[in-house]
Amino acid sequence: MLAWTIYISFLGALALFLLPSRRAAWARILALTTTIITFAITLTAFIQHRTGEMLTVAHYPWIPSLGIQFSLKADGISLTLLLLTGVIGVCGVLFSWNIEDRIKEFFAFYLVLLGAVYGVFLSFDLFLLFVFYEIVVIPKYFLIAIWGSTRREYAAMKLVLYSFIGSAMVLVGLIAAYVAAGSKSTALGDLAGYPFAPHFQMWAFPLVFVGFGILAGLWPFHTWAPTGHVAAPTAASMLLAGVVMKLGAYGCLRVAMTLFPLGLGPWGFHVLGFGSWRDVFALLAVIGILYGALVALVQKDFKFVIGYSSISHMGFILLGLMTLNQIGISGAVVQMVSHGILAGLLFAVVGRLVYSRTHTRDLTALGPMRLGKVIPFAAFTFVVAGMAGMGLPGFSGFVAELMIVIGVWHSYPSLIVFVAIGLVAGVAYIWRSMQMAFFAGTDLDTDPPPPPLPPISFSERLGAGILICASVIVGTFPQLFLNVIHPALNSPLFQGLRKGGW
Amino acid sequence: MNVINYGQLLQLIWPEIILTVTALLVVAIDLLFFRNSRVRVRFLVAATIGSAGCVAAIIKLLLASAQGSLLDGILLSNPLTHLVQIALLVITSVTLFLSVDSTFTAHVSEFVLLLLLATTGMMFLVGSQDLLVIFISLELLSLSVYILAGFDKRSVRSSEAALKYFLFGGMSAAFMLFGFSLLYGFSNSTSLTRIASAIHGQPLNPILIIAIVTTVIGFGFKIAAAPFHFWAPDVYQGAPLPSTAFIASGSKVASFFIFFQVLVLGFAGAEGSASLLHFQSGWIPVLVVVAVISMLLGNVVAIVQTSLRRLLAYSAIAHAGYMLLAFVAHTQQSLASLLYYVATYALATLGVLGVLAVTEKQLGNDTIHDLAGLSRRAPFLSLCLAIFVLSLAGIPPLSGFFAKFLLFSALLAAGPGSKLLLWLVIFAIGMSAVSLFYYLRILKRVYVADPPAEAGEIESSLLLRVIVGLLAGGVVVLGCAPDLILTQILNAIHASGF
Repeated sequence: MLAWTIYISFLGALALFLLPSRRAAWARILALTTTIITFAITLTAFIQHRTGEMLTVAHYPWIPSLGIQFSLKADGISLTLLLLTGVIGVCGVLFSWNIEDRIKEFFAFYLVLLGAVYGVFLSFDLFLLFVFYEIVVIPKYFLIAIWGSTRREYAAMKLVLYSFIGSAMVLVGLIAAYVAAGSKSTALGDLAGYPFAPHFQMWAFPLVFVGFGILAGLWPFHTWAPTGHVAAPTAASMLLAGVVMKLGAYGCLRVAMTLFPLGLGPWGFHVLGFGSWRDVFALLAVIGILYGALVALVQKDFKFVIGYSSISHMGFILLGLMTLNQIGISGAVVQMVSHGILAGLLFAVVGRLVYSRTHTRDLTALGPMRLGKVIPFAAFTFVVAGMAGMGLPGFSGFVAELMIVIGVWHSYPSLIVFVAIGLVAGVAYIWRSMQMAFFAGTDLDTDPPPPPLPPISFSERLGAGILICASVIVGTFPQLFLNVIHPALNSPLFQGLRKGGW
Repeated sequence: MNVINYGQLLQLIWPEIILTVTALLVVAIDLLFFRNSRVRVRFLVAATIGSAGCVAAIIKLLLASAQGSLLDGILLSNPLTHLVQIALLVITSVTLFLSVDSTFTAHVSEFVLLLLLATTGMMFLVGSQDLLVIFISLELLSLSVYILAGFDKRSVRSSEAALKYFLFGGMSAAFMLFGFSLLYGFSNSTSLTRIASAIHGQPLNPILIIAIVTTVIGFGFKIAAAPFHFWAPDVYQGAPLPSTAFIASGSKVASFFIFFQVLVLGFAGAEGSASLLHFQSGWIPVLVVVAVISMLLGNVVAIVQTSLRRLLAYSAIAHAGYMLLAFVAHTQQSLASLLYYVATYALATLGVLGVLAVTEKQLGNDTIHDLAGLSRRAPFLSLCLAIFVLSLAGIPPLSGFFAKFLLFSALLAAGPGSKLLLWLVIFAIGMSAVSLFYYLRILKRVYVADPPAEAGEIESSLLLRVIVGLLAGGVVVLGCAPDLILTQILNAIHASGF
């Protein structure tokens, strides 16, 4: 059943392509229906999932002469992320209701992107996973280059080249692993169980980890992300920050770390205080947290604030992975969901609720418009999303960051200070942008009334409502997700990792 | 000395005979009955007859006995040569139909005749393991192709292209013949297997090294590998479109195949090694250098091209570089990957040129800039163009990606733990990341840029749309289900005992 998320998305894209031009307005309905169906499928699968089970969705021989299979499987971690994709997919369509220009193509590219993302989360064969991972790249380019804003062609090309270089690194690692294991199978289960030589893992691990890490916004390879997110149209930045960056983090955990667990082990010598790749990446993640937060603090463009905040939050995910203990890694997975929802929400507020009405994202220009008065719904949504993002209890961000911090406390006590600084800076940049964007205008009766803006539409309210509810559910009942994530981390797939370090 | 068995000779060259007879038939029918018809009709008739000949030859190949060899490999047939010959015939008939809409010449039958003769040359080329026959059939191919390149007599560029092609080609043929003569002097035979046994077990002497280098020069010219590529951009740009299509696809397939055979069979034992620690002279170090230069030069220079045809030429140089890596590995698996690569590459290139056949006619030139907004003026052709271009860039699930995957895994599997092969793979994959930049530039004009004001839809003939659509379908299907031809190739290689 779950496999249909992929097929339906691609079929939807095909249907949109074939839709006659005079019926272009149907494109929205068609896209919304498609995403709702896929969301319903993921939700059903999530509810029916028995904990700890590795659900086989599809399994056919594909290229038998090379041992490549069309193999789709889902465990707790992938189901959690599939559910996230479903939610963001629906909301992305709701927030793109105002697209008029080349609407068919817009939603066609959108659905191809969505289908490929489903594919990556479901693939259990590395070749298949890589195929979907690469398909993601192309629609991203067109979504940004055609429907984007600020320096869109530059941003789109930069994003694509970064992604492609990342996947090139992954491809080298995958082919090397496939050949080293005897060229018999590309199934993740088989390769993760193969005892690769330690020195091989020592170079293959960083290669593949960085390759996926580029898409996850790993500092210093993150520079595509802010420019890409800012240039992208709202739905695309929601998908990009909400789901596509998670593909990178998911790849780090699911491929790099399970395939080459010994690559995380100590080198046996110390260089500049680093004893293993794990130390190196943990430090890069912390730098990402701090750098993203501090840069977000001085941005003039509202969307860049959110763009850099994503780098900071993705840093938490990568740091959580590097703790190598159960609570840290589960925290990272919860943070993937949490950041997916919140980044989607924040980009929706900035890109759709504010920018498409005011046509400026300059924080100093937004202030005098007194948006807090004019579009209170946008202000309310931003406040809620901001609070959730800075880690207020009751929202998803709190649970996730708490778990990661506890994990870090166990593994890297010395880094905890910097993480704390990052958290404080996180409060600061949200507060600053909220103040400047919504509540900066002096509220004197003598001022002329602010110019009226188009009212908030129903689809926007609905989208924002769904995302806020999702965040609250994750925040108040994290057990719902932890119940499936923990058994997944204890499954045979992660055995090498468990033996290796944690 | 063996005695020639003429019955066997006839058996072996049936397909070539069919093609030659078809070529003559085309000329006769065209000149006798259609002299006063419109050019399009004449092309249509000629292409139909020519393709019918190709189909007949394919059927003959499918029915022919699997193994056969005449005089120690002067002519031979085995499942592998059959497979390559069938691919060549398919490519030729596609090229024939691509030419239907062209208006560059009134000498229709001569054009088709030359195309079919060139194909005959390729068929002989593929089905031989003897230096003399290889050289003669290569010349039959080359001479026909030189004329094809200059067939547009009204265009200065076409003549320039033909002249350049001819001069470079003559020079490289001279080099090759010189190398072959040294080989003959060295081994007292023109048969590849005899030469190999003469080389075997001896240290490399200077004569052999010269022979290796001149052979690589000769074939490097045919496959447009750097630094023997100077003709390619001008010929791709100046030659009439169907000629370009033929040069870029069919001639590549045949040359790559025979180049591999000559090196791996003829120079077996003189491979050498290019790794730094165990350097040993032989043909592998030469090819590593040529491959790296081709990948680097092709990809970097393609970035600044403004003409789509020139861009294709430079990307062809880059792809030649990737394919040469299969020679470095020289295993059965790498031969399979080479054949899969070159066949799918030929499909994608033919497709791009098929789209160009429409746009050049309507827009008047082939600059990338003028493709602006094509996706709104010709949605179907644009989609096909996107498929071809992305396949060339190596994006899954298109066949170009699988070809690269197969090639690189064959390369790594050939020498487990070899640092050189690993670095070559890393370099090649890095270079294909570079290539995505210029391929996306094409698609950017097509999909992102707005069409010029008051530009209407682009008209294209149904025939061209069908051909382009079939090619695009082929690229997608072979990418999604590579096993369709991969098992054929692997079986053929095993059966031929390569």
